[in-house]
Amino acid sequence: MLDIEIDGKAVQVPEGSTVMDAATLAGIYIPHFCYHKKLSIVASCRMCLVHVEKAPKPLPACATPVTHGMKVWTRSEAALEAQKGVMEFLLINHPLDCPVCDQGGECLLQDLAVGYGSSQARYQEEKRIFVNKNYGSLISSEASRCINCTRCVRFTAEIGGEMEMGQAFRGDHAEIMTFLGCAVDSELSGNVIDLCPVGALTSKPFRYSARTWELSRRRSVSPHDSLGTNLIVQTKNDEVKRVLPLSNEQLNECWLADRDRFSYEALTSAQRLISPMMRNGDNWHPESWQIALAFVSSALRAVVSEQGGQALGALASPHSTVEELYLLQKLARGLGSENVDFRLRCHDFRGDAVRAGVPWLGMTVVDVHDLNSILVIGSFLRKDAPLLAQKVRHSAMRHDLQVCTVGPNAEDWWMPMATRALVPPSEMVDALAAIAAALATMTGKSLSGTLSARVPAEISNDARAIAQSLADGERTAVWLGNLAEQHPRAAELHLWAQEIARLSGASFGFVGEAANSVGGYFAKAIPGEGGLDARAMIESPRHAYLLFGAEPDLDFADGVATVEAMDRARLVVAISAFDSPALRQVADVLLPLAPFTETPGTFVNCIGDVQSFEASTHPRGEARPGWKILRVLGNLLELPGFNQDDFEAVRDEALAGDGSPDIHTRLDNTIGDVPAAVPSAVRANTLQRVADVPVYFADPLVRRALSLQKTADAVQPVARMPLATMASLSVQPAGRVRIKGTGGTVELQAEADENLAPGCIRIAAAHTSTVALGPLHGELSVERL
Amino acid sequence: MLSQESLQQIDREIAKYPPGKKQSALISALRIAQQEKGWLPKEAIEFVAGYIGIPPIAAWEVATFYGMYDLAHVGRHKITVCTNLPCALSGGVHAAEYLKKKLGIDFNETTPDGKFTLKEGECMGACGDAPVLLHNNHHMCSFMTTEKIDEMLADLEKQ
Amino acid sequence: MSEHRLILAGLDGDHTWQLQNYIARGGYEAFRKIIKEKTPPDAIIAEIKASGLRGRGGAGFPTGLKWSFMPRSFPGDKYLACNSDEGEPGTFKDRDILRYNPHTVIEGMLIGAYAMGCSRGYNYIHGEVFEIYQRFEEALDEARAAGLLGQNILGSDFSFELFAHHGYGAYICGEETALLESIEGKKGQPRFKPPFPASYGLYGKPTTVNNTETFASVPFIMKMGGAAFLKLGKPNNGGTKLFSVSGHVCRPGNYELKLGTPFPELLEMAGGMRAGRKLKAVIPGGSSAPVVPADIMMDCTLDFDSIAKAGSMLGSGAVIVMDETTCMVRALERLALFYHEESCGQCTPCREGTGWMYRVIHRIESGAGRPEDLDLLRSVAGNISGRTICALGDAAAGPVQSFVKHFADEFEYHIENKKCLVPPAVQDTGSQIYVSQSC
Repeated sequence: MLDIEIDGKAVQVPEGSTVMDAATLAGIYIPHFCYHKKLSIVASCRMCLVHVEKAPKPLPACATPVTHGMKVWTRSEAALEAQKGVMEFLLINHPLDCPVCDQGGECLLQDLAVGYGSSQARYQEEKRIFVNKNYGSLISSEASRCINCTRCVRFTAEIGGEMEMGQAFRGDHAEIMTFLGCAVDSELSGNVIDLCPVGALTSKPFRYSARTWELSRRRSVSPHDSLGTNLIVQTKNDEVKRVLPLSNEQLNECWLADRDRFSYEALTSAQRLISPMMRNGDNWHPESWQIALAFVSSALRAVVSEQGGQALGALASPHSTVEELYLLQKLARGLGSENVDFRLRCHDFRGDAVRAGVPWLGMTVVDVHDLNSILVIGSFLRKDAPLLAQKVRHSAMRHDLQVCTVGPNAEDWWMPMATRALVPPSEMVDALAAIAAALATMTGKSLSGTLSARVPAEISNDARAIAQSLADGERTAVWLGNLAEQHPRAAELHLWAQEIARLSGASFGFVGEAANSVGGYFAKAIPGEGGLDARAMIESPRHAYLLFGAEPDLDFADGVATVEAMDRARLVVAISAFDSPALRQVADVLLPLAPFTETPGTFVNCIGDVQSFEASTHPRGEARPGWKILRVLGNLLELPGFNQDDFEAVRDEALAGDGSPDIHTRLDNTIGDVPAAVPSAVRANTLQRVADVPVYFADPLVRRALSLQKTADAVQPVARMPLATMASLSVQPAGRVRIKGTGGTVELQAEADENLAPGCIRIAAAHTSTVALGPLHGELSVERL
Repeated sequence: MLSQESLQQIDREIAKYPPGKKQSALISALRIAQQEKGWLPKEAIEFVAGYIGIPPIAAWEVATFYGMYDLAHVGRHKITVCTNLPCALSGGVHAAEYLKKKLGIDFNETTPDGKFTLKEGECMGACGDAPVLLHNNHHMCSFMTTEKIDEMLADLEKQ
Repeated sequence: MSEHRLILAGLDGDHTWQLQNYIARGGYEAFRKIIKEKTPPDAIIAEIKASGLRGRGGAGFPTGLKWSFMPRSFPGDKYLACNSDEGEPGTFKDRDILRYNPHTVIEGMLIGAYAMGCSRGYNYIHGEVFEIYQRFEEALDEARAAGLLGQNILGSDFSFELFAHHGYGAYICGEETALLESIEGKKGQPRFKPPFPASYGLYGKPTTVNNTETFASVPFIMKMGGAAFLKLGKPNNGGTKLFSVSGHVCRPGNYELKLGTPFPELLEMAGGMRAGRKLKAVIPGGSSAPVVPADIMMDCTLDFDSIAKAGSMLGSGAVIVMDETTCMVRALERLALFYHEESCGQCTPCREGTGWMYRVIHRIESGAGRPEDLDLLRSVAGNISGRTICALGDAAAGPVQSFVKHFADEFEYHIENKKCLVPPAVQDTGSQIYVSQSC
């Protein structure tokens, strides 16, 4: 430890600390612009110049290492003179447009100018003007306000993983820009808005809509991916105006994925359901809650009494809260149905019978920092879980974490990659078996149980390299991604991942698709004894469905089959925040659901954190919190146990489980033996479908966030194939193809994708233009148009 | 985008640096691209970035930072005159004025026939040879009296 | 009263740059001796220290001391860089060294690499001198072909790869950390120090950067011995130094002198003042050095300490001579424009301040000056100097401060009378195209 005295205050700091670190520790604020604790240090703004004993000139606190016995003054005459000098330089070319600047009231330059600026300008020449840039639909540019701190540039290179912004030209012509005025495409791009200390980069959707002091703030939790990103939801006049990160070092740090930041735009979508709606033949009309609920309860009673409880199926979105999922399953079970599920995009449920506990990430998020090697199986990690990917990227860039993948896709994750085993979906199980076999050889251990008989004859070099990386690493992990969970042989992938983890001493677990992918298990939103899982409820259609927070065409493993099954059902009750043609097609009644900002609730994230939040605004129109809708319905149906006073009571009941105080003890990825499925041979002249669920198509809320829909990640789906495959079909890039799946036929534009396993075709799911293909996996015939 | 010869030259530059440090060849690669194209169009910058394996904005930063890249069309002969103080004391400014008059253009302009572009340059490290000027970035002309300027222009006119 | 040539000795004929001619002049003898006798690296560094050699690029830092900062037992590559990014107005000596005697630089780098255990080196050559870059490449090819560069040089276990790296028009790359950034293929924006290049240099590895002339001096030191080299100059100012004389003298050019030579002798060697006009002021160490009025300058000897005492610096040894026809406001305006154009844009005081200073000086020169402008200039220069990442801020502020200090009356006259103290016609005679008859 080093002793240092700052402004007369003695503090001790670890070796390698800077004066800025020491000041932070001592609770002393040193003004700064370019310094940011999560970015590299450039010491370029010079605002943090301080007076150091024996130094002939003032030194930047952010970059000056502490030496033992150092004495520093941050507000001495010399320090203040230096700081004021820098402030004057920063202001000479800064426009005086604070009254119309969105940053006004939360501008670091404005705040510091009050303390360090002069009331009289000595600079009399014309101020510099830069042309504003177009950074896409999310970030607004006011280039003349820029003070060249380069935080945004460093963010894109160091955190985003790809240098998308730069400081071009030199001297006082230097300006921040992208190449050729491209949009910033990173799924983390919005963070540059938070990082910008002035109003040069502001939020385009938020622009001119409110002043910071007019906004009320509520803590919340992101409803999108499994990380459970902490949010500050800002509202004005009971409307969400902006979403910002709430710093949580264990999870999202100070970052936010664009999906978490901008999805709020959907809250005011014209497609919001703001009143219960009932069908009358082909016509729909708004109805009062009283009448709608009376209809629902009597219709449910009728189905159950005539066809039995098992005639009912309850299917809920994994983005629903614990309270909603819990009361939904309670309602179904109260009506005598064990048919409950929230894993709507999954296909293989063989694991349910041999599962030891609740599947989760298998490690904490902060521990990613210390990993030496990680194997990610079947994942579009960068887009599926942007901030979890960022943790992996950080370790890969800064700590030499070796990142390996197995799967049909190898798109750029904007991080250094060690080995990417590119195999079609049909060969993924064998690919994992080969890695396990290679590990067994390397470690001298033997494969468990019957697995040794299931090892392929040939072990690829990729498999060996991945095994070696895991064997060499001291701290290693194996993660199963969304594609692995949705795979037709998901249970076997799980089994082999477990085996690889056992042989290499790695932790293993699931990335998790949604905000409550872990919470759904705790809420018991899974089939019980004799109950049907999500796939079975569609394959063996029910007479009645309770559809909660999900869209039948877009949120299921097979949109065509789901719509068909529900279309034929006698009763479909849809509880949804949004209206949609598919919902109107299948449902008999639509009950308006309050989305996450309008209801209190709880998500359990991928590491088992139980995170509750309050409503940020009142529900829009007649929408109501899901837990209340279900509670009233339970009461109308005269079911026991629907008398909770508040959401906390529902949560506590849901999470009480077997009475163990800590739900973490119920997290367990262990799986028992699953026999090998005999895969049917891949039919000739077909391609295997690889379906990604694009980041901005993934759930009903984000689908309707208009600005996100204008980004590169939300472009119309295309049919991606390796060039060789395209050539064999005589398809030119940008040519059109007709694709036939079990559900039907679609026509798409073809695009070359060399990051795809041979014999595969990648077509995005969760989009109306591709729904007709049916399942997310399987074989497709493709022909040139 | 670039000729085989240019690519070979770039490869020679890349070979000067340790493995994994291809970016070090960027400044030369952009120079080689500019020599071939006569100036440095954005497509060439993007191509060079791709060839070297760096984000295009990193190449753009460099192309806009170093003063000898021409980010816009220039005439067949770009003449850069040093007017910095040491040269000015031996007639650098007068030499520039003479060129302006002879060519009928100001700094940063190109003659209507597209032959000549005139630029004001910064120190070329040849103050002892004042007045000095640079022809197409790579050939330095020393002791440029009006007679020698006349000679040079006549020569270039013929090319 | 004459030059004392080491580096420039024997360079009068044709093809002096070629390897065979360098060898005929005794070239590579020092290096061969080191390889043959397996001279311990420490002994070489001690010799350089004893020579009193100070960096010839401008800062004048003791070379031997700099070399001793390199970590001895560093696992992996260590780098050596030669700074031939000569673009400081007034300086043109490295161009001549590389043009006529490139092998002495190569030999100096070989000796430095041997002494510091560097495996790779780069010579960073100023963008505007492409022909010099080509010549150096040719010299490197000769050295490689002769087994003087590459693996197991002269059959020893010493290996050193040396390459030329070409800049493309950025004065700032002469700053050593900007130079390293530029070799890495980035913008030449200086790094904050510490860490210094000796611990975190090129590609993050220990690196030493020396000026061309510094390296060129090394073979001579090793041949004559450090003590003899030191004795050529003055204590703490060892050896000979190249002086680039430009401006209003009869014979501008490079002159190699013993350090400590009186300035009037250099002036005389350069043929004296043009047309017998009167000396007004001298910038003794390149444009970044504070200007020195004639009377003070005539009393100086040419060495680091004497010039420092006169309130300026020896810098790169670029002596810009100005006679009585010179308008000091106009001279400063041109220099201020240079620093404004060459500021890298990274740190605030230099990015914003150099332009501000230029605009104020420009308005004084164009007759729109205001009474408060001189105080403003002093204040802005003061707010830049000592507050920037690299020395360019000081380099831009220094001329402004010294011009305004020594020639305040001229600036005040400009502001009050909206015209120059030196009549335009007089200025014009002094700025005519002038080429020395010997050329």
